[in-house]
Order: sequence, then structure tokens, then C-alpha cells
Amino acid sequence: MAITEENPGYKWVGTRPIRPDGLEKVTGKARFGADLVLPGMLYGKVVRSPHAHARIVSIDTSAAESMEGVKAVITGADFPDLSANGAHPSDIDVANNAIARDKVLYEGHVVAAVAAITREQAEAAAKAVAVTYEVLPHVLTVDEAMADNAPLLHEAMITKGVDPAPEEPSNIASKILHERGDLDQGFGEADAVVEREFTTKPVHQGYIEPHAAVADANSDGRAHIWCSSQGHFQMRAYTATVLGVSPGTLKVTAAEIGGGFGGKTVIYLEPLAVRLSQRAGRPVKLVMDRDEVFRATGPTSGTRIKVKMGVSKDGKITAAEVWMAYEAGAYAGSPVGAAGMTAIACYDIPNFVVEGYDVVCNKPRVAAYRAPGAPMAAFAVESVLDELARNIEIDPIDIRLANAAVEGTQASYGPKFPRIGFVETLEAIKEHPNYTAELGPNQGRGVAAGFWFNAGMMSSATVHVNENGTATVVTGSPDIGGSRQSMALMAAEELGIPYESIKPVVADTETVGFNDVTGGSRVTLATGAAVVDACRLIVEDLRGRAAKTWDVEVDQVEWVDGQAQHVDGAQPPLSLNDLAAKSGRTGGPISANASLNSRGVGAGFSTQLCDVEVDPETGVTRVVRYLTAQDAGRAISPDYVEGQMQGGVVQGIGWALNEEYIHDTEGVMENPSFLDYRMPVASDLPMIDCAIVEVPNPAHPYGVRGVGEVGIVPPMAAVGNAIHDAVDVRMTELPMSPIKVLEALNENDG
Amino acid sequence: MAQVHFSAGLRELTGGAAHVEVDASTVRGLIAALDEMFPGIGARLSEASSVAIDGEIFTDAEYESVSDNAEVHFLDIFQGG
Repeated sequence: MAITEENPGYKWVGTRPIRPDGLEKVTGKARFGADLVLPGMLYGKVVRSPHAHARIVSIDTSAAESMEGVKAVITGADFPDLSANGAHPSDIDVANNAIARDKVLYEGHVVAAVAAITREQAEAAAKAVAVTYEVLPHVLTVDEAMADNAPLLHEAMITKGVDPAPEEPSNIASKILHERGDLDQGFGEADAVVEREFTTKPVHQGYIEPHAAVADANSDGRAHIWCSSQGHFQMRAYTATVLGVSPGTLKVTAAEIGGGFGGKTVIYLEPLAVRLSQRAGRPVKLVMDRDEVFRATGPTSGTRIKVKMGVSKDGKITAAEVWMAYEAGAYAGSPVGAAGMTAIACYDIPNFVVEGYDVVCNKPRVAAYRAPGAPMAAFAVESVLDELARNIEIDPIDIRLANAAVEGTQASYGPKFPRIGFVETLEAIKEHPNYTAELGPNQGRGVAAGFWFNAGMMSSATVHVNENGTATVVTGSPDIGGSRQSMALMAAEELGIPYESIKPVVADTETVGFNDVTGGSRVTLATGAAVVDACRLIVEDLRGRAAKTWDVEVDQVEWVDGQAQHVDGAQPPLSLNDLAAKSGRTGGPISANASLNSRGVGAGFSTQLCDVEVDPETGVTRVVRYLTAQDAGRAISPDYVEGQMQGGVVQGIGWALNEEYIHDTEGVMENPSFLDYRMPVASDLPMIDCAIVEVPNPAHPYGVRGVGEVGIVPPMAAVGNAIHDAVDVRMTELPMSPIKVLEALNENDG
Repeated sequence: MAQVHFSAGLRELTGGAAHVEVDASTVRGLIAALDEMFPGIGARLSEASSVAIDGEIFTDAEYESVSDNAEVHFLDIFQGG
């Protein structure tokens, strides 16, 4: 189902051809990070802290170094101390998270790494590295970390964003604040007020492919890295920072990637692999176990959020007060800033205060996860809004329509919205048959909405026309969500040649211009715009070559359906094939580059409808029907847009019902496997129905917005609201596991 | 004159002012002018903010033009996934 403002008559954009990477992936030929094998390659193993918080007293590597097959052992002392070099605090944190120097701040924090001829030798040597720790008291939650006299992770951490600045250090890295209007007046005008407190647990991005990196260092100081990441240019920059070298000394090749969702915008293994390779003089491969992925790579924040909202009888929100504390893990940088800006951004609210805190604790440093920060805030706000709608007996879509942000609305985070499609997503849900489908016993229906900014940032593209009239589209954006197909579709549309004649390629850091990460739902927009620009340069070049061939002025030549045509039909058309075959006579190879810092990012909105069935005896919640409506701007590749929409929903359902990090009292993760960390699988779920809404982004040549992230924002509230509708209990804690639902049911009965 | 708006979190550096008018043709000039009005705010704005000009958000906005009567908001930097 697609709902669009116009039908522009594209030939390729909006079609559903076979994906360009499909054959290699289904035949096992695609090479992921762990697949590379180089001659003489060694196998590495990382030594990790067993403690949540401890001072490193000493590290004795002598026994490991003397073991058979061991070629290198490294510790934090093998890396430059950035704190002594006046480096930026965020760079120091990146380096210290890659390998600890003085303190370990979470269970799983790297303290050393080894490289040996075989995996078994590397594993044995890692066990022989003797680390002496002074165990320190730890804090695992925002409540523990914010308590008076809490143990400090960073003795010099002074809260930013507070005036006057605190004199004493704490675990609160920063405070954010947004406010407008008069809160007291707003609540005074309300006919119904609801106030609730919510908690969410850290959850992992859950990508199927563990982190992997291979490094091959040369004696001249240069090194080549192969890794699976969401941005090999960013991996190069971070790795260079940690190693204390120029980024130009490193070449990074992007392997195929088995999922990232934000979690592979971070370095973990790359600098370790390079340093081990330098020490050993041979290539080194490092691959994480699933256990390591859970214990040492970024989950997203656990949170505590309080929401108070008021509405008038006609459904207008008169006031909103939001307080939120987000776990950052070991180093500052939780997504509370984005949470503060997104929490109530769907709505036009005259009076509000949104206050948030970035709080460090002894867990892995959080990493980005689809629309970072927004889903937890939406769980809280959208749950309260659902309750308010029930209190004043108004339809859950109608209350959102009554307050929906539209073009010109002053967003809660500041600027006015340009053209956006939130209302259209609400209407798409209301008009869908699912909205009025009959519900069975113990079944309920929930609605929730979400907002995400999307991003632009920097991209480059090169387009080569081959001698047979086909084209190669080269970018530096790792393909994690179908970008190769989107690039090929837009190039086919621009050049006027078949999609199958376009070969999209993701090139290494030395072969194409700079590209920022594949994140922020930005690649189809920004890298796509670079591809469009490069194609338009090609078309201009082709028009000039046709003009030269016909001995006419270039303005006598049009490019139509993949061929040069004389405006008066005075010459027979010249196809791209014709022009490419004779390119040597008209100026040489046909090629163009385009680079840009993207403009005109289009915000994304999603509204979702969930039907659940709750077993009152077991507390098990089963999703029986699910519909997601999202403004894509323009769905260049509807298959992939639906895949992103469905993927976000499925991850959100897992977050809602099952997923959580569980730690013991010592701060050790107790469920670091897919057996005990339960993510939803296909058999757990119904078909996720999609309604693609297309309100084109006027600033993009094809109207593209981003689609990768906003789909994960509404599901937790949609599920929670459906549970409430089914069994009349308001769930305020994630995950809404069977035991918690049963407890809530029992409290209701009691 | 550009209309510059500050989030509540930035108002600690503006003596509580929620918005001011500034005569500048680029974001760089605007930040310099603001730093003269509110000493110290320039470094904070340059390092830790995105800029929205008439509703469009920029991450590297130093040389972006600011038209007369433009509405400018400084935003917290956020990361996508």
C-alpha cells in the first residue's frame, strides 16, 4: 500500500527489481568481516575485564608471550595516552573504551590482546595474561549512579549544562533542558491530567554478524584494514586517533555487513588488530564471540522517565512535563539530547518542560541504535497520551490529529517544521481495514506515533560509463539497508538506461571521496543526491559529445530515455551505447564525481497500530496484527523501505516484550547469548503490514526522506497501549514480559 | 537582523535571554556577534551545536548564509543509528 501526493511517472524509481547483492548473499559468496583469510594471517583474542569497576594494578604478559605460537601481546601501554596529549575528551573516551589504561569501567572492558598462529593458541595465551585488579564499588543504573555519595566512574566529571557549574564531580555528565510557555497555566487549563513513571532496560542492536576486523600492517607505517562497519571512513578516523597516526596511513575496505542498526558506527577491534599486526609483522584477524558482542559492544540506554501531561476536553494537549535520565554506560554520551528533542516533537504543545540527564554507569558504553534515544521517550509520552485519550473518551488517532505537528509548527526543539507527513501517517492508519478489524477475547488494540530528524552529512559518488553503455556507480556508503539498489534505481532514472545496466559498488577509503557513516537514515538522501549530481554531470557531458558529433550547439541536444535527441529531430538519436563506444573520439572516458554536504533533510514520522492477545493465565503477550504507516518522502525502493519499516517494528516488539540486559549483583551480564537474550524470530510474529506514505521532501531531487530509524520509535508504546486495551493494565516497565504482565494483572485483581 | 533563539539549556549563557536579534551574514559572523554579547557562548555554540536556519538543520554551518530576518536555532548535536 502506498499513499502518495502525486505520480511523477518515474520509470525506475519506485519499482521492485532484484537486489544487486542478492545473488552473492544467497549463494554464500558475499564476504563478511570474518570471511577474509590472508597468507600468514594470525588469529587474535582479546582479554576482557571480569569486573564491572576496578583499577588495573598490573598486567603480566610474560607467560603469554612465551607460549607456543604467540607472536604478539599488547596492552593499553602500547597505545598513546591521549589524555597526556591534550586530545579532545570524546577522543580520549574512544581510546579508553577500545582498551583500558588505568581503570576498567564495565565487565568485558578490554585490557589486553594477543595474536598467535592458531585460534586455540590465541585463546590459551589470552587466558595466560595475568591482570591484577583492585576491585571498586560499581553502579549499574541511573538511580544508583545519581544517588548521593555514589561511587564515581570519572573523578573529574563535572555536570555540563548546569548554572552555576557544580563544585563536586558526579556521574551526571550533562543536563539538557527545553521549555516553552507556562507549565502551571497549561495544567490549570487541563480537564484531565495523567502522571506516570517509566523504566526501560538496556537492549542490544542484535545484529546477526559479530564484529570482525582483519589488519595487515606494513613496515612503512601504513596498514590495510578490512572490517564490517557502518562507515569505513569513520573507522579509519577513529582508528587513527587511537593509534596516534594520520588517517592517510590507513586504508579501510568495507566488508559486507550483517546488520548494524547504529551499533557498528563504533570502533572496537580495528586499532587492536593494527597494533597486533605491527608487533607481529603479519596480518591479524580478530572476531568477537556473541558473548563478547553482548558484554562489550554498545547496547542502548536503560532509562527512567517521568511524564505528566494534561488535555482539555476537546483533546488539545495543554501542558507536558518530561523528566528523563539515560544511562550512558562507561563514558558520557547517552542519547538523552535527542530524546529531549524528540519526546514531544510530534505535537504542537503550548506549555512544556523537558529535562534530561546523561548518566554514566558501569555498563558497556552505549552506542547508537535506530533513532537513538527516541523510542524510550516515545514509550513514556505515547503511553500517557493513550491514557489521556481514554480519560476524555476520544479516539486515539483523533487526539493525535488534534495536536499533530504540521508545516509551520514550532517544533518542541526549536525551529519550525518544513513540509512533513505526520498527519498523513495518522490518516493512513485510520483508513486501513486493520483499524476496524474485529478483536477476539483478551485481545486489544494500541496506537502510537514517533518522530525522528533523519540526517544529511557528507557523501561522495563517482559514476563511470563503460564502453558498452552500462554504468558503474561508486560510493563509500556501506550497504546495510539496500542503498546499492537505491543508488542504482536513481542512476537508472537519471541516465535513462535499465536498472540492470547499473553496477553499484561500495569502494574503499582510497578509491572514492569521503563519505560519512551509513547512519541517521541519511544514505538514500545524501549519497543518493551525490549519485544524482554525478549522473547529471554525465548527462551534460553526453549532450556535449552528441553536439560535437552532430556539429551543433549543445542547446540543440536533449537527453531523453537514455539517448541524445536533436530538438528538431534533425539527427538520428545517439544512445548511451553509441556515445560510449566512441568516447575516445569525443573527449575520452565518460566519468563524473560529485561530493556534497547534504542539504534539505526531511524529517520522518511513523504511526503504528498493534493488536495483541494477552493470556491472562500466563501473562504471555502475542502480537496478532500489526500495521505501520511511515512517511518515506519518496520510496525509491519500496521493497527496502518496507524492509526498514518492518525491521524497526520487529526490533521494537522485541524491546517491548522480551529483550533486556540482566546483570548480577557484581555487575556481570547474566544473559550474553541469543538463547537467554530473547529476540523475536519470524515464528513469533504476524506479517507486519506496511502503509508507505509519500509526502515528498521538497529539498531532494526525488523527494527522499530517511526511512531507517523512525520505525522503531512507536512500537513499545503501541504494544503497551494494546495490552492496556486487552486486559486493562498500564505497563510502565520494559520489557513487558509475562511475569510483569501477570504481576500487573494480579495487582488489578487485588 | 537574524532572529536567534536559544534553547533553555543555552540560556544559562545568555543571562536568561530566550532570543536576540543579530546582524550577521553567515553563521560564523553570527556566532562571533553572539560571543561579544555573551562572552563564552561562542565556543559552546561552535563545538556542541547544530544550527537550524529557517527550519533546515545544518551540522557544519560555519559558512552558511544567514538572510535578513532568518530564524536561527542552536540545537544539541545528536547521533543517528
